[in-house]
Amino acid sequence: MTDAFRNRIDLELTVNGEAVELTVPAGRHLIDLLRLDLGLTGSHAGCEHGVCGACTVLVDGAPVRGCLTLAPQLGGADVWTIEGLTDRGLVADLQAAFVARNALQCGYCTPGMLVAAKALIDAGGTPSRAEIREHMSGNYCRCTGYEAIVDAVETVARDRAEGAMS
Amino acid sequence: MNIKFDDPNRPNSYIGRTVPRPNAGRLVAGKGRYVDDITLPRMVHVAFLRCPHAHAKIGEIDTEEARAQKGVLGIFTARDLAQVCTPWEGKLAHLEGMKTPPQSALAIDRATWAGEPVVAVVARTRAEAEAAAALVIVDFEPLPAVTDMRSALDKDTPVLHPQFDDNLCFRKENATATPQKAFDGAHTVVESEFKIGRHTGVTLEPRVIIADWNGGEGELTAHVSNQAPHMLQVLLAKHMGIPESRVRVICGDVGGSFGVKVHVYPDEVATAAIAKIMGRPVKFCADRLESFTSDIHARDHEATGRIAVDESGKILGFDVDDWTGIGPYSIYPRTSAVEGLQVTNLIGGPYDFEHYRVRSTTVFQNKGICAQYRAVGHPVAVAITEGLVDMAAAEMGIDPIEFRRRNVIRDDAYPVTTAAGLKLEGLSHEKSLDALVEAMDYDVLRAEQADLRKRGIHRGIGIASFIELTNPSPFMYGIGGARISAQDGCTVRMDPDGSVVVLTGVTEQGQGTEAIMAQIVAEAVGIRPDMVRVVTGDTRVTPFGGGTWASRGAGIGGEAALKAGRALRDQILGIAASMLQAKAEGLDIRDGQIVDAASGEDRLPLEELGRVVYFRGDTLPKDLSRELMQTRHYITSDYPYAFTNGVQASYVEVDTETGFVKLLKHWCVEDCGRIINPQLVDEQIRGGIVQGIGGALFEEIVYDDEGQIQNGSMADYLVPMSGEMPDMVIRHVETPTQESELGAKGAGEAGTAGAPAAVMNAINDAIRPLGGQVTRMPFTPERVLRALGTLKD
Repeated sequence: MTDAFRNRIDLELTVNGEAVELTVPAGRHLIDLLRLDLGLTGSHAGCEHGVCGACTVLVDGAPVRGCLTLAPQLGGADVWTIEGLTDRGLVADLQAAFVARNALQCGYCTPGMLVAAKALIDAGGTPSRAEIREHMSGNYCRCTGYEAIVDAVETVARDRAEGAMS
Repeated sequence: MNIKFDDPNRPNSYIGRTVPRPNAGRLVAGKGRYVDDITLPRMVHVAFLRCPHAHAKIGEIDTEEARAQKGVLGIFTARDLAQVCTPWEGKLAHLEGMKTPPQSALAIDRATWAGEPVVAVVARTRAEAEAAAALVIVDFEPLPAVTDMRSALDKDTPVLHPQFDDNLCFRKENATATPQKAFDGAHTVVESEFKIGRHTGVTLEPRVIIADWNGGEGELTAHVSNQAPHMLQVLLAKHMGIPESRVRVICGDVGGSFGVKVHVYPDEVATAAIAKIMGRPVKFCADRLESFTSDIHARDHEATGRIAVDESGKILGFDVDDWTGIGPYSIYPRTSAVEGLQVTNLIGGPYDFEHYRVRSTTVFQNKGICAQYRAVGHPVAVAITEGLVDMAAAEMGIDPIEFRRRNVIRDDAYPVTTAAGLKLEGLSHEKSLDALVEAMDYDVLRAEQADLRKRGIHRGIGIASFIELTNPSPFMYGIGGARISAQDGCTVRMDPDGSVVVLTGVTEQGQGTEAIMAQIVAEAVGIRPDMVRVVTGDTRVTPFGGGTWASRGAGIGGEAALKAGRALRDQILGIAASMLQAKAEGLDIRDGQIVDAASGEDRLPLEELGRVVYFRGDTLPKDLSRELMQTRHYITSDYPYAFTNGVQASYVEVDTETGFVKLLKHWCVEDCGRIINPQLVDEQIRGGIVQGIGGALFEEIVYDDEGQIQNGSMADYLVPMSGEMPDMVIRHVETPTQESELGAKGAGEAGTAGAPAAVMNAINDAIRPLGGQVTRMPFTPERVLRALGTLKD
């Protein structure tokens, strides 16, 4: 048995709505699959132990840590990253609010922040500031001090709720 | 002398407005290009074997097994790299008595902290390089570790560097003629100890570099996450023996810096040296453990301070003895002496008093290297000063706002030279206190606090006035012989369609440099900001400058941009006058149109002028100057620094059963002179406050007695997350510096300077009636409970 046979996994999954087939090392993490194998560098590695949230992406609709998710688990999975969410306009209102409120500085945490915020906003309703802060507490930002991020998420939640009513 | 930017109805009024950042749209789309996003042809990866001991002799290095691993392409030790790279010493000539030994890219013979790079392993992938590095066998012989700063100079403490007599890096005393006089017979003297924990920057993007050697051209290109590309260019050139013109440093998107990325790091220099040896691109990207063990640390100060006050509540003097341990080497090229030095300058900064003595002692130890990090020295000096001020006010039964009103330097007293010898051009402590009281509704808040106290809810209000050093002249680094530029430059070029490209020597790490440069140049030339494209961070094309640190981007880089933009405007109007057979003084540029200055009537679109100059220059007079590209450089010279000032307040609730501190709200009134973009300034302040709160409540690198980090992960080194942070109210007073036409001072560090002291004073305000007081940051629940006497063992 060759090393390749033992240590490599054939994988088929969907990333940003596109079918992907590839062979990866058995120990490949999702964040490395995205960045190294697919060139999707919008998701970032920050701490590589699941604390900072910079690698947050959607897997089958749920936000997950790209650095803790093993790629071989993802056969048949539906993965969305900031690139695909942007192309499909799925976070356009959040992105516009982040820019308008300057809810990003260096931008390194931002793709993960947007994915985390999307999960909260898509759940509907108008979360309180405390609820927004609690929900976003898995995503580390060293630059902003968080208030602008909370403001931006709050604005989008309110706008969507008003849009749903009208 | 300032230009008047006050009239919002003036033409092209972009300075002073909130204008969106041009790079934000790209970053929210995940289209940032950070260094680790870059892959170059033939690129290989380096991983480092780092010393696992705090202090060890390096014996034989056995690389045989590692070398045999699949994918391994090279293994390098200190002696290999010494062939292409010389060692360095982080010294400044004017810091009398300062010492530090030579430092190399990889440790030679002896490693001096746990995390110092010793062997470099290059492989096809990072994973292969790491796996092979684990198989390198180094015969380390552990040596005694020096870890405690207070006993570092004791006779029985081992001397860390054999070439020196002791572990002293630098000692400085700054004192007035008779410092003791304040304390002889003073009405009130208060003394306390203070401790500021050892912090690190925790940039979300780690340090990362790709070095590429092009042998055919003898040129080194470094893509690096750094704040000061020209500094790195000249230092790589110097230590690798390459002409500066053949070193190109490119700093694209940088994922947070805060001072972490303004230094020369051995692993980054090693990467460049290896690229030169191997003749191909080499990438090094720190993992999070490497960030904790090899990024610069900061603070780690212990101090004893006294304040003397007369019977009227007037401060007579300060007397502070400050200690800090900075690891085994002084950082290159800025030195690790500056944080202590700044403490000797900044104690008592906001106040008018006569007697002063501050001594700071900087010692070597076997821990990570400490160096400049956001608000260098300020959080330490402000915590000591404001801690003592609040203790004195409490002792005398004077309200802390009232106590400060009696003691701050009057707004009409400037220019002032302080007891510490700082030259202050113009500050606004009184106006700032007024604005704070109004923003907080101070009396109502005090009433609420008293009311809740009766119901057993312990809330506290903490105030912290501060001054902040910005816009540095060559006063610190230049005169010390470091090749760190205090001047900065800007080139503006009009393209044929009337749009403008700006090349600036200051850099962008998210502060909004590109936005403010676009605003300044748009206003100076007379076009819309969206017609301006800003280029930063490439030493091959931008004017030679210092980069972004010490809150200098807006004040120094911005002034260069204003001057360059105005020079371009003058040039355009000179050409337009010739084309229109008018006088240049009678013309103006507004919204990209050359207009009659008096009537505002359109005379000529810029794109028509561009067409003629670039494509039909034959129709212009032969001797007409037509350089639609202008460069200006700017340096401050009247004052060593442009000081800013402000005051912060924190409102907290202390749970006396658990020791947890809940941050309810935070206020900051800040005076950074001319505000170019109000939103960007506010967000700099907010981000800075939260970084300061981190130090007050959570952040501390913990070493054991053997010099091993105990919390080198983000799960263990706690940083502020959104759940615990308060909303922050930001207000401004504007006292522009008269030294420049723009009038801008820096705003990047004020938040961090004042927040820890405000939080400390708020906690103490809450627990003082219970007999408690905290002065050792971070104020963990355990420390709060100890202060309350709940925990005793």
